[in-house]
Amino acid sequence: MCGIVGLLVKNPALKSRLGELMVPMLIGMTERGPDSAGLAVFTEPLSEGERKISLYSGLTEGGDDFNWLGLGHDLKQHLGVEAKIAPQGNHAILTISIAPEPVKRWIKEHHPKLHILSTGRAIDLYKDIGTPTEVSDRYDFKHLTGTHLVGHTRMATESAVTPDRAHPFTAGEDFCLVHNGSLSNPYGVRRMLEPRGIKFETDNDTEAACRFLEWRLREGDDLETALQKGFEELDGFYTFLMGTPDKLALIRDPFACKPAVVAETDDYVAIASEFRSLAHLPDIKNAKVFEPAPEEMYVWTA
Amino acid sequence: MDGLSFDLNEIPLRAVNNFLHKEAPGQGVKKVTIANPDGAHNIAVGLDFPVDIEVVGHAGYYAGGMNKVANITVTGSAGTGVAENMMSGRVHVKGFASNGAGASMHGGLLVIDGDAGLRCGISLKGGDIVVGGSVGSFSAFMAQAGRMVICGDAGDALGDSLYEAVLYVKGKIKSLGADAQIEPMSDADLATVKQLLAAAGMKHDPKDFRRVASARSLYHWNADANQEY
Repeated sequence: MCGIVGLLVKNPALKSRLGELMVPMLIGMTERGPDSAGLAVFTEPLSEGERKISLYSGLTEGGDDFNWLGLGHDLKQHLGVEAKIAPQGNHAILTISIAPEPVKRWIKEHHPKLHILSTGRAIDLYKDIGTPTEVSDRYDFKHLTGTHLVGHTRMATESAVTPDRAHPFTAGEDFCLVHNGSLSNPYGVRRMLEPRGIKFETDNDTEAACRFLEWRLREGDDLETALQKGFEELDGFYTFLMGTPDKLALIRDPFACKPAVVAETDDYVAIASEFRSLAHLPDIKNAKVFEPAPEEMYVWTA
Repeated sequence: MDGLSFDLNEIPLRAVNNFLHKEAPGQGVKKVTIANPDGAHNIAVGLDFPVDIEVVGHAGYYAGGMNKVANITVTGSAGTGVAENMMSGRVHVKGFASNGAGASMHGGLLVIDGDAGLRCGISLKGGDIVVGGSVGSFSAFMAQAGRMVICGDAGDALGDSLYEAVLYVKGKIKSLGADAQIEPMSDADLATVKQLLAAAGMKHDPKDFRRVASARSLYHWNADANQEY
């Protein structure tokens, strides 16, 4: 079991309340996923030449006390990169104005245990082990702002409980995916992708789905075409919720084995595994509440 | 004591269910309103006395499960497994119902005004289900006894491996499951549909419904079938 939540605000006035509205959604899914939690928030994109990289230091020796300023200093000294660093305990967002690959390569080489959570112009990503309440407090989720976000509470079934196996998973830039369910062919998907140069970081089944779909998008598929290929290639049980800089997308397997419910008003679209996580939202009594059908694509634009 | 109200924002559901199981039957409680269900699981499960329950809002999983005698209404939608294993009485969902509605029911009447999700009436063992909207795939899978009236459409594999349950469908059937077949409507079928629609408070012409029942070709092992069904 796991819980998924998603929120996209249509009314710009709600952007500043994105985190505040979402935290009860995430906590509402605690019984479905008490062991880890995470979310990806999409903000106003940085300019063309800039990138932000979300980093997690919980697996390093420094842990919560990781020397983030030292990292910035080293990047300047070794790569000549001016990096802005916004640290928050075991998490930091690094903002740079060059292509991200050399920076990520340098980080992997010199800080192999520093986990790169996400890269992009719009995405910030947080995930860690702990209850949804603990993780929300750890990163002060309630003050997050932005247009839309994708969140997850985990009850691990397919791989160990570790921060890097928590959701959301990311691949490429500005793409993330959360999953409730279990895939039956993740290793087949992996064996198809690895010879194409796509590298995996964990043994988690969701990572295969995330990398598969991001690969399709990178090969030029639009989101709908990529999702259609997902229906054809990914076998197992799933409700997937995906985020891109301007979209949320939801699909369920043909057997609808894993739940999902959507509430939509003029102000927002909210998605959760169960209505429990939507009950507190403003004007929910007048929202259009429905259950997304299996094997259909639902795409909402921010 | 005739009518009582509980607000689940004020009192834990477990206390309400406990009251309904232990105290209410001896106190002559006739009507109970449950406010702010907010998707909680197991609302009004296992009731065993004549009472009207109104759940005002959206219920979570297994609402009205194992019901005996009671008359339960959910004004919003119901989550997975509403009225599962109901023995008798009535459960009425005014919105939509999620997967597995009426799973394994033995008796009573389940009415869903909106659509029902997948596997509605799976392993039905008795009782009646009336769905005002459509049902999802694999509905009435291995249904053994009882009746289902579907006023909208049915998804894939309707009535797969049916035993003696009988289904009546007004709309389109995307596909029939193994061993399910469309049969002519007899006068008794028309009377049954009329009676069930009346009990559910729905207005349709029984003549617009088709009967789906088991061809009974899976009842006995056929060694020559070569696993092709």
